[in-house]
Amino acid sequence: MKTDFRYMRRKVFGTIMLGLSFLAALAAVSMLFWILGYTFVKGISAVNIDFFTKLPTPVGVPGGGLANSIAGSIIVVGMAGLMAIPVGIATAIYLSEYGRGVFASTVRFVSDVLAGVPAIVAGIVAYALVVTHMHRFSAFSGSVSLALLMLPIIIRSSEEIFRTVPDTLREASFALGVPKWKTILSIVLKTASGGLVTGTILAVARVGGEAAPLLFTSFSNSFWNFNPGQPMATLPVDLFNYSISPYQDWQQKAWAAALVLVGMVLLLNISARLYLARKGFKRNG
Amino acid sequence: MADKIAAEGLNAWFGKTQALHDIDMAVPENSITAIIGPSGCGKSTFIRCINRMHEEIRGAYSSGRVILDGEDVYGSGVDPVLIRRRLGMVFQKPNPFPTMSIKENVVAGIILNRRLGRHEVEETAEKYLRRAALWDEVKDQLNKPGISLSGGQQQRLCIARALAVEPEVLLADEPASALDPISTAKIEDLFTDLKERYTIVVVTHNMQQAARISDRTAFFLSGRLIEYGTTDKIFTNPSDKRTEDYITGRFG
Repeated sequence: MKTDFRYMRRKVFGTIMLGLSFLAALAAVSMLFWILGYTFVKGISAVNIDFFTKLPTPVGVPGGGLANSIAGSIIVVGMAGLMAIPVGIATAIYLSEYGRGVFASTVRFVSDVLAGVPAIVAGIVAYALVVTHMHRFSAFSGSVSLALLMLPIIIRSSEEIFRTVPDTLREASFALGVPKWKTILSIVLKTASGGLVTGTILAVARVGGEAAPLLFTSFSNSFWNFNPGQPMATLPVDLFNYSISPYQDWQQKAWAAALVLVGMVLLLNISARLYLARKGFKRNG
Repeated sequence: MADKIAAEGLNAWFGKTQALHDIDMAVPENSITAIIGPSGCGKSTFIRCINRMHEEIRGAYSSGRVILDGEDVYGSGVDPVLIRRRLGMVFQKPNPFPTMSIKENVVAGIILNRRLGRHEVEETAEKYLRRAALWDEVKDQLNKPGISLSGGQQQRLCIARALAVEPEVLLADEPASALDPISTAKIEDLFTDLKERYTIVVVTHNMQQAARISDRTAFFLSGRLIEYGTTDKIFTNPSDKRTEDYITGRFG
């Protein structure tokens, strides 16, 4: 009967631990929903058509929106993507298809370190590299700082994706007398494309909400600007500036900016998942 | 019959481990040669040395010569990519390209190397699907993904894909070991038909299969070629005790 007792004890213990881990998961998820919900409640009243179409108004003047900083965010993040995505994916191809020896492990190590660099440090680097030489804040320097943040994320996620492409496909291609470079372009990249798109969207979403590196690179701007050589407003920076202001209507705008920013990140995440799901479906059917 | 392929003093290594020891073996044209032996005896390594796939594995290398129509495939200035177009290969596990349709899979080896008109694609796909005895089963679903087919059909698709590059030799690495008996029989029949046009070397674990389809059989053990002769002789009157032990099932 002793063994029965032991079995019971284990079973009870297991049930308790299961309950605890469930509670932990619940706590994590409820924090997320609390943030989303609170932002929604606080921000929704200031989100309207004007918010997406009008320029900001001075303090005390009602109405106006953040159209310029929404567009600015898209431009700054887009330019960062143009810089980081090709370099990141090319580096991942090197690491997964060719990378052996000291150089490759150095690249891997450096990209891991880069992934841990605080966002504000990426901003300082972009400031030193671009702003001090151009002698002014610019959207371009903001993009450089975001590209620095995106690069390690894209490298590591793409390398993982390339590694999931089975070697049997590479062998099949080699055995058909296809050169290695062509095999990589036509077989490996194509097979990995679903995962690459998803990984890239997630990297874009990850840096899209960064304010710190943009504070002293892209700076901000109360007017329309489509020139990358000039300061450009972005949602996270406006969110920061408005939220620390003492004016009620600006604080209200900050909440709306937060809601829109969260919404954009959420949209990117969802589209990444949908893309992957559709891709998987197509492959099976 | 003239010799199509001849290995001369062929050695192969994986890092420090030697996988093949001094293999001398000639394969006659338009015949099926079976390679048998227990797991890890170097059968696969041997055929992978013939089309220079062995060297694609990290840390793997070889020495010696493999003569294809009088020319050493390891000679200086020989491009392994071009050699592989003359020596088609079929793998143990069917490996159609997952992003390509059935039709695209057949012509993959061609379109990855040069442009092909739409009409040419259709014609080439039909020609080689017929040759791989798969046409009747897939002619209505050519645009479906290659991986939607059954395992046996996928393997014949891979054979069609290998044949479409117009090789002179077909190297098959246990092509039926992952397949059911009916699919296996289809592949065996196919090989028997194909030997009129191609020289076939097939690695197999299945001794009945070797006996059924091959003209000559080679028995490998621990990276060495123990015995090589007509399939008839190997299976009825082997000269080496180890060959006899293996084919009668006393080990391996």
